[in-house]
Amino acid sequence: MSLNYILKRLAVMIPVFLMVVTLVFFMIRFAPGGPFDSEKAVSPEIMRNLLAKYHMDAPLWKQYLRYLNDLAHFDLGPSFKYANRTVNELIGESFPVSIELGMLSLAWALVIGILAGALAALRPNTLWDYIPMSFSILGICLPTFVIGPGLALAFGLWYDWLPVAGWSSWQHKVLPSLTLGLAYSAFISRLTRGGLIEILNQDFIRTARAKGLSETTVMVKHAFRGGLLPVVSYLGPALAGIITGALVTETIFNIPGLGRFFIQSAVNRDYTVVMGTSLLYFGLIFVSNFFVDILYAWLDPRVRYD
Amino acid sequence: MAPLLKIIDYRAYFRTRRGVVRAVDHLSYEIHAGETLGIVGESGSGKSVSQLSYLGLLPKPPLEIVGGEVFFQGQDILKFNQNQLRQIRGSEIAMIFQDPMSSLNPYLKIGTQLIEPIQVHLGKTKKQAWSQGIGALERVGISDAEEAMNSYPHEFSGGMRQRVMIAMALTTKPKLLIADEPTTALDVTVQAQILDLLKDIQKETNMAIILITHDLGVVANISDRIVVMYAGKIFEQGTAESIFYQPAHPYTKALLKSTPRIDQAESRLSVIQGNPPDLSRLGSGCPFYDRCDYRISDCEIAFPNARKPEPNHQSFCHVEVK
Amino acid sequence: MTKILIDESSNETLEKGVSLWKDAYRRLLNNKMAMAGASLLLLELLVAMLTPWIAPYPFELQNLENALAEPSMLHFFGTDNLGRDVFTRVLYGGRISMMVGLLASLVSVGVGVLYGAAAGFFGGRTDNLMMRVVDIMYAIPFLFLVIILMVFFGRNFILLFIALGLTQWLTMARIVRGQVMTLKQKEFIQAARVMGVAPVKILMRHLIPNSLGPVIVYLTLTIPTVILEEAFLSFLGLGVQPPMASWGTLIAEGVEVMEIAWWNLIAPAIFLSLTLFSLNFLGDGLRDALDPKGAKD
Repeated sequence: MSLNYILKRLAVMIPVFLMVVTLVFFMIRFAPGGPFDSEKAVSPEIMRNLLAKYHMDAPLWKQYLRYLNDLAHFDLGPSFKYANRTVNELIGESFPVSIELGMLSLAWALVIGILAGALAALRPNTLWDYIPMSFSILGICLPTFVIGPGLALAFGLWYDWLPVAGWSSWQHKVLPSLTLGLAYSAFISRLTRGGLIEILNQDFIRTARAKGLSETTVMVKHAFRGGLLPVVSYLGPALAGIITGALVTETIFNIPGLGRFFIQSAVNRDYTVVMGTSLLYFGLIFVSNFFVDILYAWLDPRVRYD
Repeated sequence: MAPLLKIIDYRAYFRTRRGVVRAVDHLSYEIHAGETLGIVGESGSGKSVSQLSYLGLLPKPPLEIVGGEVFFQGQDILKFNQNQLRQIRGSEIAMIFQDPMSSLNPYLKIGTQLIEPIQVHLGKTKKQAWSQGIGALERVGISDAEEAMNSYPHEFSGGMRQRVMIAMALTTKPKLLIADEPTTALDVTVQAQILDLLKDIQKETNMAIILITHDLGVVANISDRIVVMYAGKIFEQGTAESIFYQPAHPYTKALLKSTPRIDQAESRLSVIQGNPPDLSRLGSGCPFYDRCDYRISDCEIAFPNARKPEPNHQSFCHVEVK
Repeated sequence: MTKILIDESSNETLEKGVSLWKDAYRRLLNNKMAMAGASLLLLELLVAMLTPWIAPYPFELQNLENALAEPSMLHFFGTDNLGRDVFTRVLYGGRISMMVGLLASLVSVGVGVLYGAAAGFFGGRTDNLMMRVVDIMYAIPFLFLVIILMVFFGRNFILLFIALGLTQWLTMARIVRGQVMTLKQKEFIQAARVMGVAPVKILMRHLIPNSLGPVIVYLTLTIPTVILEEAFLSFLGLGVQPPMASWGTLIAEGVEVMEIAWWNLIAPAIFLSLTLFSLNFLGDGLRDALDPKGAKD
């Protein structure tokens, strides 16, 4: 795959990120109700930190460059609410937990989604098709904050099989990741089913069979590659959705992750934490979108010459 | 010499909601090694289904094989299970299809797809198969075969892709090649090249070819014998010469008449009036009844037995047509 | 919410004129799920409008002695931790949720239609630029921006639905642009141009009204998305603020007392889910009715 393709993707991504970053900068500096609004009552310690960090006396463009420079070094500044603690520290404490939750959720989503979708595609218009697809409507329509408590009630309280709060043992990790994963497994199962059915109707599947290949080979080697492409495309939005959904899931299940911390900071108006976390999330989303694009091009050679 | 493939009274129907579609109805013919049999017919005549069905390439409901025998190398393959059919598909009997763009997997390299029959049927390793594949591509006239192996289908033209399909079909040295409209999607000049290639390979390997097409020109070019099908039935079969120069069936005559010819100045093209019948509503008589210029009352009631205007030439018609 | 992939080139359906609507209407009527959804929604709208008169209790009435009571004839869904009737709260919550949903959707339609129509109409480089901006903005997770806005500017009700509306206008813009570009080629538009009708008038009087089909479909799918987003925010405490309470807020409250009074959670959850289902089925039904050749799942 050409370097050209990769560079083109980067060329789009970087300006957008820059735009967002700049927007953030101006919001912090000038928004009414923002941290530097003179009305705000802020403890002197914090104010001192802020002034020191942001060099408020310097001309605007210098401040901007300094800000960019900090970002390039992954320095997100001091917390607005907790004196003497930096945003990086605070995020660092909870981020790993969220990463774990995210990965587990994605795993559930892919496993359940692809299995259900593949089964439905292989036996269309039978119960194997109707039942999973009806369930998927639930996953698509019901929000995480309904599914989560629902699952918690059913399996945590009424049946007492799994714990509903905390993140210490593997049992703790089941319900939250399942909650978050289910919604996306619904989309993935539909996409898989649609993609596979379309591929299975293509002539080259007939060719593969005419060559005497086993059904398994026909499915896995020939059908899946093209059939799963819609799922790959979806990975970008899915990841963004999982990040957003984690905010709620961590709140419901009392998980000490970045999402819950982010919400708390939003409620507490810790501006720098909010901005820093958002930038981190944006960065994650952009990077993962980039990799998804590359993955798609790797799987579908026709796209590489775009 | 015993025939390579002998089809006796083969019947294959589709059971659909609208009724039973008699897609292949009492088909009988045979083909020998080194021979080319052309199956000619309109869309819906059953020519493709007649081949796809006995190879297990059509889903069993709605397809149902109602009767008859298909002897390949002496064995009735209608009695084979899926596994046995899979073993002869791609190794003893190979198929190439009409549209090479959609018949090749766009997501895999040419090489990867090409060597699959070699790996599966001849048990070679990937490396061995790969070099054999390069040889196969060269045999079909693709220069830069090594580079081609590493390319993708969408990088090639239609003619090249069809050559790739042919190469892919030939790697296992099949006894029978079934070509389903192999040139229909190609330009005329490329058509000729492909047909020449097939003839060439046949001379070398003594392979039998069943060529399915609706194009009389293609059939004339390459066939030794011809079978004319209509609405699932055989209307006429014979050597290419007898079919073209002494057609005995009204349908065959009409077909030949309606072919536009460069060497004759005609102000109007002659057409066969009417439309092909609905295959789920066929009676017991001849399906061509409504459109035939030579029909008699018997034709509506019963499907005719074979007449033999010459040895090796059969025509299924009540009327003797001169 | 259904992620829809609307085929922007399927605008040919518009050519059929009046009969399209009749045809679509008939098809819609035949779709049982969509009709069920539509009836439920109508009922909900009616109830929402009449709530101040039909709610059994005043919204804020507390009765601390009767807190967290189980459902009974007096209180269909029991009471919450302050003794307030859950049923009443759910009714009022519905008003808020639906109102925000409608308002925000209108914002998104307004912005999207104008933007998309302008891009489609002007075409060429302007269109190119405008659409690239859209493409780029697609990559940004809007919910975060909304949260950030709420943090900075305070949790203002008006700000809330404007911000939510702005999360959804992108696809609307794309759809409208597609429609407009197709319509531009049609004779009656060219006739209007030749006659010297001002571009803005052409836009407002011809292009936009004729693009309504897909706009309506997408509207019925935007509304549940927005309701969901508002519920999401309110659940986290960043949406509507007390004393107002939407279904999202109620669900959050329900989660807190989940272990001892699960009915507090079930009531708003069921209502929210039913509303979302109905909207989604109706939207799917509308989409199928207006574009029957669209790929069926």
